[in-house]
Amino acid sequence: MIGWHGKGEGVKDRVRIAIVGSGPAGLSAAGRAARLGMSHVLLEKTDHLSDTIFKYQKGKHVMATPSSLVLRSDFDFDAGKREQVLGTWEEQAAAGAITVRYNAEVTRIEGEKGAFVLTLKDGGTLEAEAVILAIGTQGNPNKLRCEGADLPHIQYQLDDPTEYIDEHITVVGTGDAGIENALGLAADPAQGNVVTILNRGAEFARAKEANVKLLTEAQAAGRVIVRNETTPAEVRPGQLVLDTRDGQETIRCDRIIARTGSAPPRKFVEDCGIAFTSPEREAFPVLSPVFETTRPGIHVIGALAGYPLIKHCMNQGYDVVEFLNGNTRLKPADEPILAEKFAALPGSRSVDEWLELLGSRIEIFRDISPLQLRELMLDSGVAAFRKGEAVFERNEIGSSLFAIAEGSVAVEVNKDDPSITVPIAQGSIFGEVGLISGRRRGATIRAAEDLIVVELSRSAALKMMATAPAAAKVVNRISIERQLLQIFGSGLTREDVAELVDGAEVQELRANEVLMKEGDEGADIFIIRRGSMIVEREIGGKPVFLSYLAAGAYVGEMAVIDGSRRSATVRAAIKSEVIRLPGEAFVRLLERKPQLRRKAFEEMERRREINAFVEGRKENFSSVVDMYSQTAQFLVDNGIGEATDVLLIDETLCVGCDNCEKACADSHDGLSRLDREAGTTYAHLHVPTSCRHCEHPHCMADCPPNAIQRGPDGEVFIDETCIGCGNCQRNCPYGVIRMDSVPPKKPSILSWLFLGKGPGPGEPSKDWRKKHAEGAEKPKQAIKCDMCAGIDGGPSCVRACPTGAAIRVSPEAFLSVAKLAEGE
Amino acid sequence: MATRTTTGPVAGREYRSDHEGFLRHRHFRWLKIATLLSVICIAAYFLTDPRPRPGGGTWIGYTLGTIGALLIVWLSLLGIRKRAITEGRWSLKAWTSAHVYLGLSLIVVATLHTGFQLGWNVHTLAYALMMLVILSGMFGIWAYATLPSALSSNREQMTQGQMIDAIRALDRQLDEAAQPLARGPSDLVLEALGEDPFAPGLWRRLSGNYRNCATQKAIEGLARLGDQDAAVERVEKLLVRRKAHLERLRRHMRLKSMLEVWLYVHVPATMALLAALTAHIVSVFYYW
Ligand SMILES: Cc1cc2nc3c(=O)[nH]c(=O)nc-3n(C[C@H](O)[C@H](O)[C@H](O)COP(=O)(O)OP(=O)(O)OC[C@H]3O[C@@H](n4cnc5c(N)ncnc54)[C@H](O)[C@@H]3O)c2cc1C
Ligand code: HEM
Repeated sequence: MIGWHGKGEGVKDRVRIAIVGSGPAGLSAAGRAARLGMSHVLLEKTDHLSDTIFKYQKGKHVMATPSSLVLRSDFDFDAGKREQVLGTWEEQAAAGAITVRYNAEVTRIEGEKGAFVLTLKDGGTLEAEAVILAIGTQGNPNKLRCEGADLPHIQYQLDDPTEYIDEHITVVGTGDAGIENALGLAADPAQGNVVTILNRGAEFARAKEANVKLLTEAQAAGRVIVRNETTPAEVRPGQLVLDTRDGQETIRCDRIIARTGSAPPRKFVEDCGIAFTSPEREAFPVLSPVFETTRPGIHVIGALAGYPLIKHCMNQGYDVVEFLNGNTRLKPADEPILAEKFAALPGSRSVDEWLELLGSRIEIFRDISPLQLRELMLDSGVAAFRKGEAVFERNEIGSSLFAIAEGSVAVEVNKDDPSITVPIAQGSIFGEVGLISGRRRGATIRAAEDLIVVELSRSAALKMMATAPAAAKVVNRISIERQLLQIFGSGLTREDVAELVDGAEVQELRANEVLMKEGDEGADIFIIRRGSMIVEREIGGKPVFLSYLAAGAYVGEMAVIDGSRRSATVRAAIKSEVIRLPGEAFVRLLERKPQLRRKAFEEMERRREINAFVEGRKENFSSVVDMYSQTAQFLVDNGIGEATDVLLIDETLCVGCDNCEKACADSHDGLSRLDREAGTTYAHLHVPTSCRHCEHPHCMADCPPNAIQRGPDGEVFIDETCIGCGNCQRNCPYGVIRMDSVPPKKPSILSWLFLGKGPGPGEPSKDWRKKHAEGAEKPKQAIKCDMCAGIDGGPSCVRACPTGAAIRVSPEAFLSVAKLAEGE
Repeated sequence: MATRTTTGPVAGREYRSDHEGFLRHRHFRWLKIATLLSVICIAAYFLTDPRPRPGGGTWIGYTLGTIGALLIVWLSLLGIRKRAITEGRWSLKAWTSAHVYLGLSLIVVATLHTGFQLGWNVHTLAYALMMLVILSGMFGIWAYATLPSALSSNREQMTQGQMIDAIRALDRQLDEAAQPLARGPSDLVLEALGEDPFAPGLWRRLSGNYRNCATQKAIEGLARLGDQDAAVERVEKLLVRRKAHLERLRRHMRLKSMLEVWLYVHVPATMALLAALTAHIVSVFYYW
């Protein structure tokens, strides 16, 4: 077979393997097939290899993590510039006799194992015995749907905004991508572009606030023309007809950049007859250990299979072709990593034996495929504890989930008396409360006998729950049960709460959605499982903020206990999840347990007092109460409802010296993670642009190397495995993540003070950095506040504030009525 | 709003953020300590009967002098503390609090140390410099206590960069809008555009007095033209907006300068004081 590029000659109409998608996964698979002499074709939608990487920003440093994983592929891959990586592959694809077919988007796969028929977009078909789907997760950009939508001056991607000069350019779509493109095109007035952006609605619901602000500014400055409630009606060469609120209008337009989102590839995959593990957005195709889907003969690898790192992708490309070639003894490339992990455990077992043991003993692993378990174990830790050792302590921050592989543990449920414990047996899990609420551990847990546990990071556990519904169900049931026991505490057993657990229902609430309304009848009780709630009451025609309830708290018990109407309105501060418990079952429980009844009454009394207190205040200090309510609402609007620890600045004290920023930079490689002046302010309370360490961090959602974690002090931090893709920066709604490379080291503060050496405290200027750069610039990585983890004394921003204006608070403490009493 | 929030026990690293300004830090702890120090010094001064006469040469004089000199050295170290972001449980707020109150107590300690014997010599120079530092510090306290809220209200969530950007954006619009104008009015606009908000000197910035503001002049000049066409009206509107933004930026710079300017006395005077203090001590021991 000869190296082949283009269309026509050389492509057989029937091949052994059709590989769809030429990303690192597909390319590596094709390389292996070529090397083994298997007839194959690599079908690529675009006119170049590896479109996802092709679309990276120019000159991006591509990282080759995890470094402990060996690369097993016929293609080379090492960390380096995007151009270099692509160049190498280009060369090796040509040299390695790989059959590629460009501009060949597969739109349908029919037929059976041994005789699949793949239909291409241009109508052509192709037969293959087996199919490897390696189409990644980027999906297809949504196309314009109007007349003239196929004209060549419409593009769906903008690589380099500085490329265009003196053009009339229209950007369609006001998501982040559209806004960023428009701003990029208009950034330099010297380019002379006339940039228009079309917004279908009147607001910018889909973009980040920071971007919207920039766009509004650019609009005010006359750099970008923003047209609201406008859609393209017809595209003509050099012109664009617009549908506006006041009828049609034609504008000059040399280029259209359409950024109206993209459709994920899931639908295509499902149409191929491939089942996903669950309907959740995060789910992946169900796969066998040899990457085979539920449709025999079709295999899925790479990002689509849930392995977003290039190395993983390439290894899988190699492996899947080996499997197809009948190599059954091939061990995955990650074997040595697992072997090292298990080596720390007592009892010398092989990796396979360990996996077998974990899979069969641990309840939540039972329905997981061996392939998934392997991957899960890569992201997880294993540890052994001697009898009596603590696995974690009460009040520690931790969001990981533990599963008991051997032995059992004792939970110290009473903080005053460690001798009162509740056992958890082999095969079960613990730590699930931290997993769901992302807050502190509620109890100390000790090994009751010699113990072996698996510790799943929060993201690994969530991924597992999304992909394995059976596991999710088990975790859910256990966590509801435990949460009940923890909240109602003393002396209750699993049997006592069984009725409540059976009737429990998980309910999701959007931000601001009302859970219960003051004055309504209601018989149910709710536990906040995720997110937070605001309790308010109408007094004198205005809603008055009563309290803030964090995850783990419960509401609604007052009406249930004394049969009265709801005494306050409770609504979600942010997107939240509550567990609804049937009221009658709760009443029955109270009847059986007088001790619990007493406790519930006390709690109810306390809440009544708060209500009365605020109401009483209202008469005399209505302005104080209003102020408190409004300040609380302001903070909640600014995301404090999902924060666990947030930096606030009291602007009655802030002298604007920026010592907080300088201290931040000086504590972290010379880069500040905080912008004091930016951000919102209400009544002199300023929320600067800095991380809030959200309970459920948005930034964690989509991190290919899983580099974002929650640390022992509750801080959300990014570790050194960051590959600089910028997903977290895009996902953070508060704009607190920046991409930058570590600047050269500065001379010490004393040599600056006395000898004038170096740039002085704070972040060095761009010029200084350039002048003192040592060798090549370091790759850009994501940078954010880590709450000064590991620095004795705690956050530098607070320590370095000369006036006490900078404070760090947790929302529960800050938004309590107690503040109202002190505030007078 | 003197309130205290504890972020709860964090294993091994319990940091708290008292929401308490530096003046009230820990319920005025340093005010109390400084007052006590002053009272003890006054009592010691008046209860003892120094011979031959009160002054630096008596034992009480030496004691007061030593306390004073140590205090001055420690007070000067604030400049380093502020910038050396080392690990540990220090808080700059506590340092500032102590700095202010102990600094003020120096008035008592040092004055008593002199025994009210002042003259034209290096000793009195040191004393005068110290008083200068203290007076500038008192101005600083006034500024720190009164200006931040004004700074905050004035900027209305805008950063300084955004204020400048807003003016630049208006400038670009003005530049375009002024094209159809006649020579006279157009020159007025150009002059307004040529005005650099950062050019005026420190004094103007502090006083907030911009009598020759070109933007204001352009507004007045255009108004004198009387009834005019739409182009002039548009320019006028833009100029009024520019004026408003300029005023905000000027107020911002004025407040920021006030918060900083005293340090340009406080710190150099501290340097001079340290030099004079050294001379004072050396000369005392030399003539001993
Ligand atoms: C900005 C950014 C930076 C990143 N940086 C790094 C990094 O530094 N290191 C790292 O390890 N990972 C990084 N990643 C992740 C990594 O790039 C992807 O996870 C990886 O490319 C996935 O490989 P893949 O082969 O599964 O799919 P892809 O690389 O997405 O390739 C899929 C290919 O299939 C084609 N295709 C799609 N549908 C069809 C169809 N129907 N018919 C035919 N062809 C089709 C596409 O055109 C594309 O070429 C980054 C990701 C992003 C977005
Ligand atoms: C002899 C006495 C004093 C000496 C030697 C002294 C010295 C200093 C020094 C070196 C600084 C650091 C400035 C910087 O680097 O930014 C400083 C800051 C300061 N001083 Fe003094 N000072 C003295 C007395 C006082 C007094 C009496 C007051 C108040 C009444 C005062 C108030 C301040 C304040 C508010 C700061 C600024 C703190 C900050 O913003 O970080 N000082 N002083």
